[in-house]
Amino acid sequence: MVALSWLIWLPLLCGALAWTVEKRFQGAGNWITLSGLIGMLLLVLYLGSLGESTLSWDWFARFNIHFALWFDGLALLMVVLTIGLAILALAVSWRDITLHQGFFHFNLMFSIAGIIGVFLAADLFLFFLFWEVMLLPMTALILIWGNENRRYAAIKFFIFTQASSLLMLVAIIALALEHQTQTGQLSFSLSALANLSLDSVLEWWLMLGFFIAFAVKLPMVPLHSWLPDAHTQAPTAGSVLLAGILLKTGAYGLIRIVLPLFPDASMQFAPIAVTLGVLSIIYGALMAYSQTDFKRLVAYSSISHMGFVLLALFSWREVAFQGAILTIVAHGISSAALFSMAGIIQHRIHSRELGDMGGMWANAPKMATVTLIFVMAGIGMPGLANFNGELLTLLGSYQTFPTHTIVAALGIIWSAVYGLHLFQRAFQGPMNTDISDLHGREVVYTSLLILALFYFGLQPHILLELSADTLNNLLEIAKEHRP
Amino acid sequence: MQDLLFLVPVLPLASALVLLLTAGRLSPFVVAILGVGSIGLAALLSLFIGLAFVASGEPVFHQVLFNWLPIANAPINAALQLDQLSLVMTGVITGVGWMIHWYAAAYMYDDKDIQRFFVYMNLFVFAMLILVLGDSLVLLYLGWEGVGLCSFLLIGFWQHDPNNVKAAKKAFIVTRVGDTAMMLGLLILFTEFGSLHIATILSSPVPVAQHTLWLACLLLVGGAVGKSAQLPLQTWLPDAMAGPPPVSALIHAATMVTAGVYLIARLHPLFLQVEGILTLVAWIGALTLVLAGIAALFQSDIKRVLAYSTMSQIGYMFLGLGALAFDSAIFHLMTHAFFKALLFLTAGSIIVKLHHQQNIYKMGGLFRSLPLTSTFLLIGLLALVAFPGTSGFFSKEAILAATWQAHTAGPVFWSLGVLGAFLTSLYSFRLLFIVCFGPASQHVEERDFSPASHFVLPLLPLFVLAVVGGFITLDFSRVFAQAAHPHVTLWIEWMPVAVSAFGFVVAWVLYFPRTTPRQVDGTMTRFCRDGLGFDWLYNRLFTQPLRLFARLNKSDVIDHFYRFVAWLNFRLNAVLVTSQNGKLRWYLYGTLAGCVLMLGGLIWWR
Repeated sequence: MVALSWLIWLPLLCGALAWTVEKRFQGAGNWITLSGLIGMLLLVLYLGSLGESTLSWDWFARFNIHFALWFDGLALLMVVLTIGLAILALAVSWRDITLHQGFFHFNLMFSIAGIIGVFLAADLFLFFLFWEVMLLPMTALILIWGNENRRYAAIKFFIFTQASSLLMLVAIIALALEHQTQTGQLSFSLSALANLSLDSVLEWWLMLGFFIAFAVKLPMVPLHSWLPDAHTQAPTAGSVLLAGILLKTGAYGLIRIVLPLFPDASMQFAPIAVTLGVLSIIYGALMAYSQTDFKRLVAYSSISHMGFVLLALFSWREVAFQGAILTIVAHGISSAALFSMAGIIQHRIHSRELGDMGGMWANAPKMATVTLIFVMAGIGMPGLANFNGELLTLLGSYQTFPTHTIVAALGIIWSAVYGLHLFQRAFQGPMNTDISDLHGREVVYTSLLILALFYFGLQPHILLELSADTLNNLLEIAKEHRP
Repeated sequence: MQDLLFLVPVLPLASALVLLLTAGRLSPFVVAILGVGSIGLAALLSLFIGLAFVASGEPVFHQVLFNWLPIANAPINAALQLDQLSLVMTGVITGVGWMIHWYAAAYMYDDKDIQRFFVYMNLFVFAMLILVLGDSLVLLYLGWEGVGLCSFLLIGFWQHDPNNVKAAKKAFIVTRVGDTAMMLGLLILFTEFGSLHIATILSSPVPVAQHTLWLACLLLVGGAVGKSAQLPLQTWLPDAMAGPPPVSALIHAATMVTAGVYLIARLHPLFLQVEGILTLVAWIGALTLVLAGIAALFQSDIKRVLAYSTMSQIGYMFLGLGALAFDSAIFHLMTHAFFKALLFLTAGSIIVKLHHQQNIYKMGGLFRSLPLTSTFLLIGLLALVAFPGTSGFFSKEAILAATWQAHTAGPVFWSLGVLGAFLTSLYSFRLLFIVCFGPASQHVEERDFSPASHFVLPLLPLFVLAVVGGFITLDFSRVFAQAAHPHVTLWIEWMPVAVSAFGFVVAWVLYFPRTTPRQVDGTMTRFCRDGLGFDWLYNRLFTQPLRLFARLNKSDVIDHFYRFVAWLNFRLNAVLVTSQNGKLRWYLYGTLAGCVLMLGGLIWWR
C-alpha cells in the first residue's frame, strides 16, 4: 500500500518545510512539525484500522534490493509510540530552542523518519539505511543543541553506534551472500532470509553481529557507557527521543531479526544474553543510585529497565515476551516523562544537579506530584504501566531461568533506592531553591503521560493484542527449534 | 446490597482524587468533610454489606470488576472477594479508620497542607481495602505496595525536616526488601500452580514438592515480616513515628502493619502443608515480642514507646498464627486496632497540649492537668496489658492458651509470651507513671479538651471498644478450620495475669516518680533505646558498603575502559604526528627503512 510509505515521506517533507519556512516566519516551524506529526498520527491510525499491509518497490534490481515495508500490529504499536513521544519531544522544546529553530525541526523530523523506517523496513538493506538515517540527525541534535559537554557526548554516541552497526552491516552482507549460495540469488528480504537453513557456526556469528548492534542501542552492560553521556548532554527533546524510542529500536531488532532469523543460535546464546540482561538490571540500578545528576540518574535507570527486556526476550516464554512488549511501551512513556521533568527543572534553575535542588515541593507541588508519579512508575508501582511489564517478565523468565530471575527481582529493591534518592533529593528536605510550578502547556502533556501510564497499567490488553501475532510467530519458531 | 462492595474502596479513592485535583483550592472545612465523610460512608456501607453478607450465609462473595492482566489460562482480574476474614479486616479498616480520620481532621485543621494530608490518608484506606479484598495475589500486591507508598508519604509528611525524609525513605526501602521476597514467593507460586488467584492456589490439587512450597512460604513470611515490622525487618517502625500521630494510629498501629498477619492468615492452608514453617512464624513472633518489649522499656519518646509496643503486640499475633490459632490472631489484630489507635490518638492529644513535647520525662502529673485525656491513656494501657475484662485480655489469653497446646509451638513459646506479658505490663505502667504522676510539667496548657471537642469525640467509640471489644464474637468458621478450643489448666490461664500484676508492682517500685524522674543514660540503656543494635548492624552490613560503592564508582568503571581506548588513539595520533615534521631527510630515511623492512620480510618468509 502506497500510503504506507507516506509515514516516511511525511516527516521528511515536514522537516524540510519547517527548515525553509522558519527562516521567513519565526515560530512557524513548531506548528508545521506539530501538524505533520498529527497528520502522521491520523495516517497511522487509519492504516492500523485497515489491518496488516505491505509494500514492495524494486530498487537496486541488480542486488535484488527492494524498498519493502511491512506493517503489522507490532509496527503499528511502535510507530504510534514514536509519534506520540515525538509530539512530547516537540512540546517540551516548544520554547526551549532559541538557536537555529528551523534546523532543529529538520533534524527532529529526519530522525523520526529514520526511526519509523526502522520499524517498517522489511528489507535488511533498507533497515540498515534507516538505522543510519536515525543516527545522524540525533548526533546533530546532541552536537548543536546539547549541554556543556555536548561535543564529547555526540562523538561518543556516534562512534559507539557506528562501530556496532558496522558489525551489523557485515552480518547483513554475509546473510545475503549465504542466500545466494543456497538459492542462487542475493536477497535482503527478511521473509526470504527467514527460510534459510544456516550452518550452526555461521548462524552463531551472524546472530552475534546483529546482537551486538542491538545490544549497544538497548543498551546492555558493558556496552552502555555512551548512554549516560548522550542523555545528559542531549537537549530535552533529544533525551525524550533517545530514551523513549531510540533504545526500543534495539529491542525491536531483537524481536524482528535476531530471534526469528537465528532461533537456534539465540537459544544457545540465551544464558549469556540473560546473564548480561541481569547484569544490566543490577549494575544500572546501582549506578543510578551513585549519580547526583538528575538526567544521568534516569539514564542509568533506563539501562536497568532495558535489562528486563533482554531477560524477557531470551527466556523464550509467552508470558515473558508479553512482559517485554509491555516494558518497551511503559519504559518509553515513563523514561520520556522523567526526562521531560528534568528538562522542565533544568529550564528553570539552570542545573541538573540534585544538590542544587531540594525542598522544591513547597513551591512547586504540581511538579512534585507529577514527578512522584513518574518515579513510582519507574520503580514498578503496581497500577502503573511498568509494573505489568516487570511482573510478566519475571513470571515468564522464572520458568526458564529461575536463578537469573531471582537476581533480577532484587533489582526491585535497588530501584526503590535510586527512585527515592532522586525524588527526595529534589523535592523534599530543606528548601534550596526557588522554582515556579508547572504552567499550562506542561500541565497538559504531563497529565496525558500520567493518564497513559495508568491506562496501560490497568488495561494493557491493546498492547498485547497488537503484538500477539508477532509473539505467536516467535513461539511457533521456538516450538520447532527447542532442543 | 453486596453488589455495592466495589464502592467501599472506590469511595476513598474518589475522595482522594477530588482532593488531589483541587489541591490548594478547598477550605480546610470542605477538605475535612470530604476526607472524613468518604471513610464514614465506606464504613457504613461495609456495615450494611457485612450484615447482608452474614444474612446470605454464603461462604464468599465475589465481584469481578474488570480484567487486568490477560495471562493465558490464568487471567488476573481486578476482582474483590468478601469472606469472613476480609469482612473483619474491612470493618477494622473503615471503622477504626473513620474515627482516626475524624480525629485527624481536628489535629491537622490548622496545617496548611491539610488537603495533601487527606489525599494520602484516603488513598491509604483505598490501598488497604484493596489489600484485604483483592482476590488475587497480584491485586493484594497492588494494595501492599500502595499502602507502602502512602506510609512513605505520610511519614515524610512534614518534609522540610531531613529527619522525617530519612525515616520515610528507611520505611519504604526496608519494607521493599520484604516486598521483593514476597514477589519471589509469587513467582514460585505462579510457576507451581500456574495461577495467582488466591482461591485457585489454596484449592489446587497440584502436588508440589515440599521444599519448593517451604521456600515459597518462607519468602511470603519475608514479605509479612517486612510490612509487620517483625524480626529481622523491624527497624523501620520506630523511625516511622516521624509522621503525625493520626498516621501512626492508622497506618503504624491499626491497619498497615497488620497486613503481614492478614497475609499469613489468608494463605494459611498453604502454610499448613509445610512442615516447620509455622514454628518459624511462632519463633519470629515470640522473639520479636520479647525484644520489642525490652526496647520499649528504654524509650523516652512517648510515640516510640507505643511503636515498640505495637511491634511487640504484632509479635503476639505472629505467635498466634504460628500456634495455629488463626482466629485468635485476627481477634487480637482487631482488639489491638481498638486500643492502640486509642493510645496513639491520646498521645497525639497530649503532644498537642504540651506544645509538641514528646519526651515523657518532660511530661508528668498529667492526671491533674489533663484528667480526661489521662483516663483514655489509662484505659488504653489497661487493655494493652490485658487487664481482665478489657478487650486485650480476651485476645491475648486466647493466643497464649493456644500456644501452650499447639504442636507447632509449645511451652517454650508460651513462656516467652508470658515474659512478654510481664514486659508489656512493665513498660505500660512505666509510661503511665512517668507521664501521669509526679510533679506537674510546666508546659501544660491550663485546661483539658472539652468532652465535645473533636479531639475527644472520635476517641469515645475507640474507648468503648477497647473496654468491651473482647465480647465481640467473630465467626471464622468458614475461613479457618475449626480449631479445637483449648482447655488448659487454670494456672496456665491465669499466669499471664499474675505476671502482669507483678509487672505493675515492679513498675511501681522502679518508676513511680517520687521526685522529678530522671533519664538514665548508660551504654546498656542506649543500646536498648536504639533498638538493640539492629540499626547499627544493618548500617555496617548494607548501607555503608552500598554508599561506598556508589561513591567509588560514580564515574562508572566500565567507562574507563572506553576512555582508555580513546586515550590510546589520541596518544597514537600524537606519536604519528611527530613523524610528520616536514624534514625531507626524515621522510627519506623513513621510506628507506620501510623498504628494508619489507624486503627483509620477504626474504625471511622465503
